[in-house]
Amino acid sequence: MPDMLNIALPKGRLGEIVYSLFAAAGFPCPSILDPGRRLIFENEEAGVRYFWVKPSDVTVYVERGAADIGVAGRDILLEYEPDVYELSDLGIGKCRMAVAAPRDFRDDPRRTLRVATKFRHIAETYYASRGREIDIIHLNGSIEIAPIVGLSDVIVDIVETGSTLRENNLAVYETIFPISARLIANKSSHKFKNEAISRLVKEIAGGRT
Amino acid sequence: MTENFSFTNDERIIFTLRALYMKYGYQPYRMSKFEEYDLYSRNKDFLVSEGVITFTDTSGRLMALKPDVTLSIIKNTRDAAPDVSKLCYDENVYRSPKGSTGYREQMQIGLEQIGGVDLCGVSEVLWLAAESLASLSDDFILDVSHLGLASAVLAPLPPRDATRAALLKCVADKNLHGIAEIAKDRPLPDGMAGRIASLIEASGKPADALPRIRALADDLGTPDIAAALETVLSVFEGTPYAASIRIDTSVTGDMNYYNDIVFRGFLREVAEPVLSGGQYDMLMKRMHRTDRAIGFAVYLDRLERLDETRPGTDADVLLLYPPDTPPADVHRATAALIAAGKSVFAAGSGAGRLRFSEVADLIGGEVIPRA
Repeated sequence: MPDMLNIALPKGRLGEIVYSLFAAAGFPCPSILDPGRRLIFENEEAGVRYFWVKPSDVTVYVERGAADIGVAGRDILLEYEPDVYELSDLGIGKCRMAVAAPRDFRDDPRRTLRVATKFRHIAETYYASRGREIDIIHLNGSIEIAPIVGLSDVIVDIVETGSTLRENNLAVYETIFPISARLIANKSSHKFKNEAISRLVKEIAGGRT
Repeated sequence: MTENFSFTNDERIIFTLRALYMKYGYQPYRMSKFEEYDLYSRNKDFLVSEGVITFTDTSGRLMALKPDVTLSIIKNTRDAAPDVSKLCYDENVYRSPKGSTGYREQMQIGLEQIGGVDLCGVSEVLWLAAESLASLSDDFILDVSHLGLASAVLAPLPPRDATRAALLKCVADKNLHGIAEIAKDRPLPDGMAGRIASLIEASGKPADALPRIRALADDLGTPDIAAALETVLSVFEGTPYAASIRIDTSVTGDMNYYNDIVFRGFLREVAEPVLSGGQYDMLMKRMHRTDRAIGFAVYLDRLERLDETRPGTDADVLLLYPPDTPPADVHRATAALIAAGKSVFAAGSGAGRLRFSEVADLIGGEVIPRA
């Protein structure tokens, strides 16, 4: 029996869209659509096993080989820099990484910029490239509150429609980079399960054109 | 009889590989546990891990607990080209793994050729890399590339340029779409995007990849690169290892240190590369040497889970003796059981959670097996 292809999917709406892409590409697993709390689904006939994992954990599963391939946002790839192959831009889950601030914010270069973010590495790299001294305030959620209550001057976060920013009187100050979902592969799996992984990449690319 | 007293997985691998390397004339190299920190601080980017354990010795010098073997070997060999030194080692190094806040002791075994390294020498090192992998698993792949190609493609960009580094990362990640993302922010020199895409796609079995490598090398005006790659890989033609060799241009490295042939080894059972190596003439130059060098290391810490078999028992016989038994009786009984080919755990009471095939009592100097 050929090896099963283990796929880590990000839990949530994006993962569901990705699954339908992969199913259409010849890797279906209908049981994944069953309601319930199961996290692992297998279709032996199609040679595929799917896991639902937290979106920020997909890279960990793939880098360490528990999953052969997975789908992660560009934000996660740039933040954690996992040692994986980035095989395809799926062109879905589009949003952007941005600096946001109160509408009347003006950067004062004489002062250290206080930056609240979940994405420490991305923020540090971005401001280092501009030679701007910053003070990182690492938060795990509700980042938008930070500049309102005076905890930070700006935030670095993912912006989709911008409605959360607007509702909190914030606005995008600068876009750092656009984000979309990427298909990633474990480097060793890419050697030993190359036929299945290449077939999936090709089918997905074909489906998009 | 159980294998309780046989070699550990690490020891087996070390003995096997050291014997292999010595058969090819590689001399064992033993490095000092501590080296002056200056050696490592001057070549920090060459180290796999950023952290180095340092301390001040009694004479006030800042010393480092060895984070790397190659730098030490270079420092302790003299420039004797066209002669060549062939050295092998098995050493613990102390590194801070990515994402970790502490240090870990990691065993490495590997070899280095330093001096007048020629294409035959490079082929020999590739062959030994393949043979090392074959001794670890029936299913391995050795990825080989020539850094000269990436270097020629990226040559129009300055060496420390951020765009150049980002494009090289695209090559390492097999990231074709990333090239367009970079080009959107900064226009690339004419034809560069297409050439990088061709480089990424020029991977696969040598028979499939070499024509693409040749075409790219011709386009770049460097046909000698394709010829060199073809020549060093010819050593595998018609051998059992041929099916396990791939050309993979995603194998890269810091071009301030590495050049020409670079390679990486994978086993089906392990999620990370277990062997990594290449030519590091550029590092030699940085250390004011004119000779050439190539080597590789096998990472034993990544092979820990290669042997998943668990012994069923910890020893064959649990020999229980009552209080006041003369030590000479225990010794005689234990020695007799060992002479009979069994492993023995002698204890006055019990042996905790250890498991045994048999339990026997020592009564009046006689071994009485329990039913």
